[in-house]
Amino acid sequence: MAQLKLRALNKTYNPQVVPLKDLSLDVQDGEFLTLLGPSGCGKSTTLRLIAGLEQPTRGEIWIGDRNVTEQAPGDRNIAMVFQSYALYPHMTVYDNIASGLKLRRMPASEIRQRIEEVNRFLGLDGLLKRKPGQLSGGQRQRVALARALVRRPDVFLLDEPLSNLDALLREQVRAELKQIFSDQNAPIVYVTHDQTEAMTLSTRVAVLNDGYLQQLDSPKRIYTRPANRFVAGFIGSPQMNLLPLKCDQNCAMLGRYPIPLPDRIRLPEVILGIRPEHVRLARPGETSTLQGQVMLVENLGMSDLLSVQVEGTSIGLRALLSPDQSWGEKNISLVLPAESLHWFDPQTGDRLP
Amino acid sequence: MTNSSSQASTHALSTRRIGLAIVILLILIFSLAPILWQLLTSFKTTADIAAIPNVYFPKQLTIEHYTEIFRRQPFLRYMFNSGFVAITSTLLCLLIGTPAAYALARLKLPGEQIVLAATLIVTLFPYILLFLGLLELVRTFGLANHYLALIVPYTAMNVPLTILVMRSFFQQLPRDLEDSAKVDGYSTVQMLLQILMPLTLPALVTTGILTFIAAWNEFLFALTFITRESMKTIPVAVAQLSGTAVFEIPYGALAAATVIGTLPLVLLLLIFQQRIVQGLTAGAVKG
Repeated sequence: MAQLKLRALNKTYNPQVVPLKDLSLDVQDGEFLTLLGPSGCGKSTTLRLIAGLEQPTRGEIWIGDRNVTEQAPGDRNIAMVFQSYALYPHMTVYDNIASGLKLRRMPASEIRQRIEEVNRFLGLDGLLKRKPGQLSGGQRQRVALARALVRRPDVFLLDEPLSNLDALLREQVRAELKQIFSDQNAPIVYVTHDQTEAMTLSTRVAVLNDGYLQQLDSPKRIYTRPANRFVAGFIGSPQMNLLPLKCDQNCAMLGRYPIPLPDRIRLPEVILGIRPEHVRLARPGETSTLQGQVMLVENLGMSDLLSVQVEGTSIGLRALLSPDQSWGEKNISLVLPAESLHWFDPQTGDRLP
Repeated sequence: MTNSSSQASTHALSTRRIGLAIVILLILIFSLAPILWQLLTSFKTTADIAAIPNVYFPKQLTIEHYTEIFRRQPFLRYMFNSGFVAITSTLLCLLIGTPAAYALARLKLPGEQIVLAATLIVTLFPYILLFLGLLELVRTFGLANHYLALIVPYTAMNVPLTILVMRSFFQQLPRDLEDSAKVDGYSTVQMLLQILMPLTLPALVTTGILTFIAAWNEFLFALTFITRESMKTIPVAVAQLSGTAVFEIPYGALAAATVIGTLPLVLLLLIFQQRIVQGLTAGAVKG
């Protein structure tokens, strides 16, 4: 159908408030792109710019071969699902879903047919004559989705559509969303601050911070090869250990334990990153282990999160260990597997090498 | 034991309910007594009205006072005058005030706070102080004995209130709703008429009725700016009702005229009661 292209998109309110700084990205047909970032990172602004609810200061938005930068939201043929669902309270569910089609002067018979079609897999039967006020949160969510789907738009935009649902429902709807949108043949842009949603739903994730694109990659690569220190710290829970270390020749020194650096890194200082779930207990007789003192154990149910102070330093290291293993009450010896280490430049924050 | 204690509690409950009923009754009598007295007077014969001691339960009811006011004076005409002036200024008020309120609620205007403060000050301004100035204006423009002499000041006095009430109503309407309408393809005018208007209806009705009541009841301007008999409004006409002789005060006719003059307001409130409550409590609870 159509590809969505953003070209050097910038939004400046005033010199101090620049929510979006020259963002360029492409979203292919049927691709599920998630804009992920902490609040104030510019993800919602990006979505509103694509929708046309705000005008960019600079840059261009293309849908297929149409430059829509100057077009009104209604002329762009996009559909948007809002966090608050934004259903029209005075209209029935049917009229809510049909409103966009009626405005485009679609014949009533075709509207009915399309709504029936969407109905079939969203299960809105029996709700069509009700008003939004008589629906539960989950049902409103479906109506908002239905309203977007019947339009068969060139681009789908979703603004944190799950954040108003309770935790149990959220997981269920998340799975449904994945199914529904896997059949759609249009670019989908999804905004969230929840990394689980981003990881499970997306084909690609764009991590934003402070108005800049930090990394644009598949969810797997975002997790396994974070492009910089910010992405490394933002993705993954519990957070990745990020330890600033001094280097000695071709080793980084964690207290008195030397950790071999990859060949090409020659810096006076580096940042070592390792996810808590990759730290493991040392097996008996294993060399190149590091000793530490257990400061705190947090029970997370399926695993225990340990805060360990590395011997001879004030450096704290967090390790996620499954509770069926056993370790000493105070002293523990751990291994940092070489294949799970990430190295970052302390100046630029970029990944090394 | 259980039995007796539950009996005691139902007993306590019923005394509480009776007490509550009595209090409510007292409050009702306190606030309705003057109106009921007026209503009673309007149906009593002239002899009963003048009788001492007071006749609380007249043996004979009459509608003579009602027929009298319509016979002796063009009372329908007065009602038409009041109605026309009040309805016109109410509509003008909503027509001017609502768009202004929307602009103040949604657009980031420079000096918005100043505009709001000025609006608020106007509502607090004692309107008697405007009186002489308005009189001059009416004279200069030759508006005496013209509906405009009343419509313009009534509208001007009530627009600030409309702006303030409607603005706070617009502010609590979720902005997503308007954004959603834009994405759906509504033009601005369509959005205002098809999405916002139906949602604002309770607030429109509430402010409209407040304006209508103020205009319907206004006395001073109506008394001064209008002298021709056929242009008078109800409050003035009621005040100027006179008896057949100089010293006779026509209590019965006055009471009847008051009842007739109040009736449209009561009907209006009864019809729109539901809407008014909605309008006043709008946004109080998350819908």
